[in-house]
Amino acid sequence: MPEPLRLQGISASAGYAEGPLFDLDQAAVRYVRKATAADEKAALEAAISIAAGRLAILIETSDSEAAGILEFQLAMLEDDALTGPAFSHIAEGMAADVAWRTALDAEIAGYETSEQDYFRARAADMRDIRDQVLRALTGGGDIAAPAGAILYGEDIAPTRFLEADWSAGGGIALKAGSAASHVAMLARSRGVPMVVGLGLVGRGVAGPGASPAHLAGIALLDAEHGGIVLGPSKAEIDAFRRSSSSFAAHRGKAAAYLTRPAATKTGIAIGVQVNIADPSDVDSIDVATCDGVGLMRTEFLFGKTLPDEETQYHAYRKVLEWASDRPVTIRTVDAGGDKPVPGLTVEEGNPFLGLRGIRLSLARPEVFRVQIRALLRAAMHGNLKVMFPMIAVPEEYERATALFAEEQADLLARGIAQKMPPLGIMVEVPSVAIAPEAFARAAFFSIGSNDLTQYVMAAARDNISVAHLNSVRHPAVLRLIASVAAFGREHNIPVSLCGDAGGDPASIPALLEAGLRDLSVAPAQLAMAKAAIADVWI
Amino acid sequence: MSAAAEASVLITHEVGLHARPSVKFTKLAKTFSADVEIALAANGPWFDAKSIVKVMAAKAPKGTVLHIRARGDGAGEAVGALVELVRRDFDEGKDHARTA
Repeated sequence: MPEPLRLQGISASAGYAEGPLFDLDQAAVRYVRKATAADEKAALEAAISIAAGRLAILIETSDSEAAGILEFQLAMLEDDALTGPAFSHIAEGMAADVAWRTALDAEIAGYETSEQDYFRARAADMRDIRDQVLRALTGGGDIAAPAGAILYGEDIAPTRFLEADWSAGGGIALKAGSAASHVAMLARSRGVPMVVGLGLVGRGVAGPGASPAHLAGIALLDAEHGGIVLGPSKAEIDAFRRSSSSFAAHRGKAAAYLTRPAATKTGIAIGVQVNIADPSDVDSIDVATCDGVGLMRTEFLFGKTLPDEETQYHAYRKVLEWASDRPVTIRTVDAGGDKPVPGLTVEEGNPFLGLRGIRLSLARPEVFRVQIRALLRAAMHGNLKVMFPMIAVPEEYERATALFAEEQADLLARGIAQKMPPLGIMVEVPSVAIAPEAFARAAFFSIGSNDLTQYVMAAARDNISVAHLNSVRHPAVLRLIASVAAFGREHNIPVSLCGDAGGDPASIPALLEAGLRDLSVAPAQLAMAKAAIADVWI
Repeated sequence: MSAAAEASVLITHEVGLHARPSVKFTKLAKTFSADVEIALAANGPWFDAKSIVKVMAAKAPKGTVLHIRARGDGAGEAVGALVELVRRDFDEGKDHARTA
C-alpha cells in the first residue's frame, strides 16, 4: 500500500464521502474501426440515438433549470445540420469517432470565437454533446460511476453530474473546477459533497502525484474543509468517520432549528436574514424561516445588457411583496471586480482595486439613476432598505444620497408614487472599518466580510493559491468587525454582516463575540447558522 | 399552390435568440409544413428556422429585428405564430437572465 496522498482544495459543497475513486478523465475506451463505411454510419447513428435517449431520460428527472440546459443539447443532437457533416466525413472514409470529433470540433470552434459572452459560453454545452456521443460510441458511456463513488478528474459536465446515481452517497473531487459552476450549484442544492481546485493548491500536498495504486484504492473526501485523502491509513479512516458522523448529526440537528427564531445558549436573540441574487430565489424560501433579506444583489439584472427601469422595478417589487413587513436590503449594482458587465464595467489591470461598486455607479450616473428610480418606486411595496457597495470616503455616500433626492423630486413632480428608503453603506473597504465616524450619517452598516477580508489580508478572493490567507477569523479582521459593531451600538446605527462568514458555523462564534447580532446568510445555510448560534455562550 | 408570407419582429428577450428561446422557436417552426427561414436583415442571409444549429448561428442578440419568412402550406400561420412567440418573449418569466 502506498503512503496516503493528501490533496487540499476548496469546498464547493460541504459534506463527507468515502468510497472508490472514479476517474472522470480515463482515456476513453478505444473505438474499434468497422469494416465498411456503412457500418461506421450505423455505429454513429446508434451512438447518437443512445446519447439522445439518455438526455431525454435526464430531462424527465431534472428541475427546470437543468432541463433547460439539457433540452438545448437534445435539440442540437436531433438536428441534421449538426450531425450531417460527420456523416459526410464517414462517407469520405473516416472512422465514426474521428468523423464525429472533427465535425463537432468545427462547430465548437465557431462558438468559442464568438464575440458575445453568452454565445461563447455555449461552447461548453457543445463539448458536452460531443463527449456524450463519443462515450456512447466507444461504450465508455456504459461505464457509469459505481454508486457511492467519488468522481475525480479535471472538471465535470452537468450531464455527468445529473446521470450519476447519488442515492448511495459519493462525491466530486476536481483538480480544476469552480465553486461558481452550474455543477457546484446543483451539488449544493442536492447535498452532494464537492471539492474543487485540488490540482492548484500547493499546501498540504504530500509527495508527487497520485499513483495507480492511489487511484485504485478508496478515498476520503472531506468537503467540509476542502480536502481529499487517497489511500488513507486505518487511523485516518477512523478519524474521517468520526468527523463525517458528527457533520451528519450536526446537519440533522440543524434542520430542527430552521423554523425557530435564532438565539444563543443564553437566550440572546440574533437576527438571521438571507442573501439572494435573483428574485426567483425567494420562491423556494419559507419567509417564516428568516428575518428578511439582508442582501439582495442586483448584478444578475445586469447580466448581458443594462436593464430598464420596469424590469428592475418588477424584480425588486417581487421580493418586497414576498417579504411583506420584513426588511429587504437591496444593494445597488456592485459591478466590476470579479463581476464584469458588458457596456458598464471597464477592463482594468487590478479590477478589485479599480472602478467597481459605487465608484462605477457614480461614474455612470445615467445608468445609476435608472436603478434609483426603480428602487424609489419599489419602496412603496414593502420594507425596503438600500445600501451602497464599496464606499471608501463619505463624499461617495453624500453624492449617492443626493442622486436619490434628485430622482425623488423628479418622480414627485411627475406624480409617480415613490418613497425614500433608509440609505446605508457596505463596510468592506478598510478605510470605513478603521474610521467609521466619518459615516455616522448612514442609516445602517452592513459588513461585507468577503471583500473586507480580502482587502485587509491583501489576498484576492478568486486566487486559490492565497485562499489560506483569506480568513475572516484573522485577529486583524475580527478586530475591525468588533470596532464597527461597537461604533454602531454607541451611535444607534444598526450593524449587520452579509458575507459568507455569516453562514459559516466555524466563524459564527467569533462574529457574535465581536458584537454582531445580525447576520445574513445563503438560504441553504439558514438551518446550520441557527444551530451554530444556539451553541454560542454569550 | 404555394403560399408565401413574411414579417419582422423586435427581439426583446434578455439574451436574444439563444439556447432556450431557440429551442422553443425551432420546435414551433417544425410544427408547420411550410419552409420557414429567418434573417437579421431584410435581404438575408436566410437561415433555416427549423434547425437549431442554423438559428443559433444567426446569433441574434436582444434588440435585433428578426425577419421571418415562409413558403408553402400554412405559410401565413407559421409566420404569425413565430412572430407571436418572439413578442411574448418566448413565454419566459423574469428569471431568464439567471442561466445566461
